[in-house]
Amino acid sequence: MAERPEDLNLPNAVITRIIKEALPDGVNISKEARSAISRAASVFVLYATSCANNFAMKGKRKTLNASDVLSAMEEMEFQRFVTPLKEALEAYRREQKGKKEASEQKKKDKDRKTDSEEPGQSLWQKSQEDQN
Amino acid sequence: MADLVVGRDKCGEQRLVSLPLSRIRVIMKSSPEVSSINQEALVLTAKATELFVQDLATYSYRHGSGKEKRALTYHDLSNTAEESETFQFLADILPKKILASKYLKMLKEKEEEEEENENNNDESDEAES
Repeated sequence: MAERPEDLNLPNAVITRIIKEALPDGVNISKEARSAISRAASVFVLYATSCANNFAMKGKRKTLNASDVLSAMEEMEFQRFVTPLKEALEAYRREQKGKKEASEQKKKDKDRKTDSEEPGQSLWQKSQEDQN
Repeated sequence: MADLVVGRDKCGEQRLVSLPLSRIRVIMKSSPEVSSINQEALVLTAKATELFVQDLATYSYRHGSGKEKRALTYHDLSNTAEESETFQFLADILPKKILASKYLKMLKEKEEEEEENENNNDESDEAES
């Protein structure tokens, strides 16, 4: 599959926002600097993926998982990322659990609703009977 | 610390990561040895990339010459790639820049050096025979 060069780049707007939020107010970021950071970010993803994949292979797994990524960070000397990443993972898992429970609840409610409509006894029919 | 974990998107809803997961996935998959990526690994990689961008920007700003001018320049970034061990993997994509005239001068000097070495070798050969 041939990837166009743009596909391996990250959106400028998001990168710029992340940089601006990290730096003090009023700091000017040159266009070249922004582009360089964006390229660096793509390289970081590749490096992290390759590193994480090594851990997956060591564990005889074909699918990269969360712990592979965390191990990769330590390997790449980005240990300072490990704590915030673990927090993000917890938050993500809670969110997923919440979504799952919400959709299960929705399904339960839907089932309950259809159960309450008994065959042959609609409100319309009942009111007709009352009139007679 | 909790602020680092969540951001807000257009709807004001809390979002774990700002970078698009689909794009991160494309980059990850471009790596030939990778078979598949579990969703959690994808989210963590995206989050790690955001942390990396923040880290690279702040480090470069703090250690860079642009600080007095309250600016972040390419020069600050290439310095970081050269001087910091953690960011050394970026050295190839963030090379130092030199003036074209300086580069041409360097090339010329190298050529002259090589010529001189050849001449010296010829002389020593002659001496031996």
